[in-house]
Amino acid sequence: MATIDIHPHTSVEHHDEHEHHEHHGNFWTNYIFSEDHKVIAKQFLITGMAWALIGGILSVLFRLQLGFPDANLSWLKPILGGWLTPEGKIDAEFYLALVTMHGTIMVFFVLTAGLSGTFSNFLIPLQVGARDMASGFMNMLSYWFFFLSSVIMFISLFISTGPAAGGWVIYPPLSALPQAISGSGLGMTLWLVAMALFIVSSLLGSINYITTVINMRTTGMSFTKLPLTIWAFFLTAVIGILSFPVLFAAALLLIFDRSFGTSFYLSDIYIGGEALPNQGGSPILFQHLFWFLGHPEVYIVLLPALGITSEIIATNSRKPIFGYKAMVGSMLFIAILSFVVWAHHMFVTGMNPFLGSIFTLLTLIIAVPSAVKIFNYVTTMWKGNIRFTPAMLFSIGLVSFFLTGGITGIFLGNSAIDIQLHDTYFVVAHFHIVMGSASFFGMVAGIYHWFPKMFGRMMNDKLGYLHFWVTFVGVYLVFFPMHYIGIAGFPRRYYSWTNFDTFSGFADLNHLITVAAIVTLAAQFVFLFNFIYSIFRGKLAPANPWESNTLEWTTPRVPQHGNWPGEIPTVYRWPYDYSKPGAKEDYIPQHIPFSETPESNLPSENELIKLESNNGSPIVVEDKKHH
Amino acid sequence: MEKIVDLRIVEEPKRPIAMHPKKFGMWLFLASVAMLFMSLTSAYIVRQAEGNWVYFELPTLFYVTSVVIVVSSITLQLAFSAARKDRLAAVKPLLLVTTVLGLFFLVGQFYGWKQLVANSIYLVGNPSGSFLYVLTGLHALHVVSAVVFLLIVCLAAYRGKITSTNTAQMEMCTTYWHFLGGLWLYLFIFLLLYR
Repeated sequence: MATIDIHPHTSVEHHDEHEHHEHHGNFWTNYIFSEDHKVIAKQFLITGMAWALIGGILSVLFRLQLGFPDANLSWLKPILGGWLTPEGKIDAEFYLALVTMHGTIMVFFVLTAGLSGTFSNFLIPLQVGARDMASGFMNMLSYWFFFLSSVIMFISLFISTGPAAGGWVIYPPLSALPQAISGSGLGMTLWLVAMALFIVSSLLGSINYITTVINMRTTGMSFTKLPLTIWAFFLTAVIGILSFPVLFAAALLLIFDRSFGTSFYLSDIYIGGEALPNQGGSPILFQHLFWFLGHPEVYIVLLPALGITSEIIATNSRKPIFGYKAMVGSMLFIAILSFVVWAHHMFVTGMNPFLGSIFTLLTLIIAVPSAVKIFNYVTTMWKGNIRFTPAMLFSIGLVSFFLTGGITGIFLGNSAIDIQLHDTYFVVAHFHIVMGSASFFGMVAGIYHWFPKMFGRMMNDKLGYLHFWVTFVGVYLVFFPMHYIGIAGFPRRYYSWTNFDTFSGFADLNHLITVAAIVTLAAQFVFLFNFIYSIFRGKLAPANPWESNTLEWTTPRVPQHGNWPGEIPTVYRWPYDYSKPGAKEDYIPQHIPFSETPESNLPSENELIKLESNNGSPIVVEDKKHH
Repeated sequence: MEKIVDLRIVEEPKRPIAMHPKKFGMWLFLASVAMLFMSLTSAYIVRQAEGNWVYFELPTLFYVTSVVIVVSSITLQLAFSAARKDRLAAVKPLLLVTTVLGLFFLVGQFYGWKQLVANSIYLVGNPSGSFLYVLTGLHALHVVSAVVFLLIVCLAAYRGKITSTNTAQMEMCTTYWHFLGGLWLYLFIFLLLYR
């Protein structure tokens, strides 16, 4: 007989009992100014998708110019109006604005707000077992700051001097002087205002995410039992809190330079033969500040996608994630390293070569945790009973992109080779695969996977497969040839190469890229149709369609405000008990106590039963150690 | 032989360690403000190292305002500990004194700027002066927000909403105020050392 300490069962008063009854607000409080994390997540998702569409269309516009420089685009006159030259070509300055806005929209509005905003909001309370975010009001504020920022950025697309055109990195002096390019006038001002609001939104969100993960976990949900999604969102929010203020500082000084005549970034500039009064500034200073955000931003974009795929790959391989602690450790390591590699974006700014080699070393170290993650994804799938749902396919796609794009990162991280490849299409290919497409695939995978929980209905699988294959092949067709073009020396952000004989040999590759880009964009409309159709007409989803372990699948089909109608479930085990030997089913959700699964418990887990409450009735367990 | 183990309640699964979510959020907010000023002072150091840097004298008033903000931190801390011990009569005057000292600080900073102008240090000109105005101005802006927060706490105190069991809001305000005081001392010493 085991000796047992008996502690009196003290019933904990639930301070949130008033939330158990359903809330019946009006339309405005339920859907517009909602403080419910699920509604806010959907608001972020739909705004993010609208931005993705705009960003995608902008990219096809400038791809048309690059792939078919002689084509007559006057049929686009109704949309572009004055931005077409009389010969029907895209205006050269507007081309730069297109590139700038494509970058800004995709990096910040789609892959930061659309990805973190949607899935951190939706999944954190549901997966840690909380009724809502720590502060619903701040959460609502976060969305509306983002919305305001979106409106201002959107308006800037339509002003007569055009939107910001100095590249998404907005390097001064180009971005600081309206004389430099028409986009640096009002367009740039609106860009800065929009981004300031965006930073506020992002900080409000991040504070909420971290607070919720640390303070609002349900009983039993220790850090070692957190799903990897939550770890990823948590670390993303930490990075955001530490890096976005730095972008704010950079933008603030730029605002002072633009509007108040200071010289933080400006010095020795002559326009039309006349010197500007600004003396003593340093444009390199801006690059330091910008990339101190800019590099962590890469991981703000990527980590949530990696977290989402960890969850999806484990669920659909019906196997525990391989190396849970290694996954957490590598994400943590990536998060730390992301702050000490920023100068690898600046190897050609004339920095000390010794400093360059230090940043090279630090950059290459990131390959280690990244490789650990890829290895773990592959070993999780190894010999699993893989279910190829659309979400799983997109997750596998992410792993593929993370590998392909990561390898070119090893080239670019070397200061020696980067001097050759800097600002060529090789760089464009690299970050579009590893950061752009990988994160985008993570986001899409997340939508396919959690759509049943978001809307209570299933998305169509067949259309999902179509969407996946066209997008997957399309992305490689678009970005793989760019490596060759980049090695050949094509600089990025150039309006036209027709004046250079050297580059005319690559015209066919550019045609191919443009055609592939159009097809890939078209495939997104399949997804959009599937998404909207399924919201209203999709098959009704079962409570746990993917037979997944995490807590969100213990809620009703469409969780109401407060998420669980009764008490919040208690967590007893980690979220990856898939295909456990001896178990009746191939998954055991987190809220099932070990005392209910004696057939599959490990000896160490039998010990844990002692920690579980059993509401009085004695539980008889066969001790397998002595049989 | 099969051994039967009889198990009864021993212990509830552990509740995760948690603190007041809003207080925690306040600390995270302070972390982001700290990052903002750290990045600006880092930019300052980087820029200064490049040369072409005009030396400046800090206004003498900044010594006075430093004392003022330290004293205001002390009065607020006294108010907070009074609230915790339910000595509510002492809370209101101490809060008011803190608010007035906060306003004194802001006025002092403004006249400090006037001293700078008298010394021909302008916002527009050599980046050394621009940095000085941006750093002190941004800090003052945060102090304005903290004074507004103090007024909200004052209002709560006069409505009798602050008691020894209900000090979360006041504690957050106190934390923010101490942080801004510490931040000012950091900025002041930083500017004294790196001119």
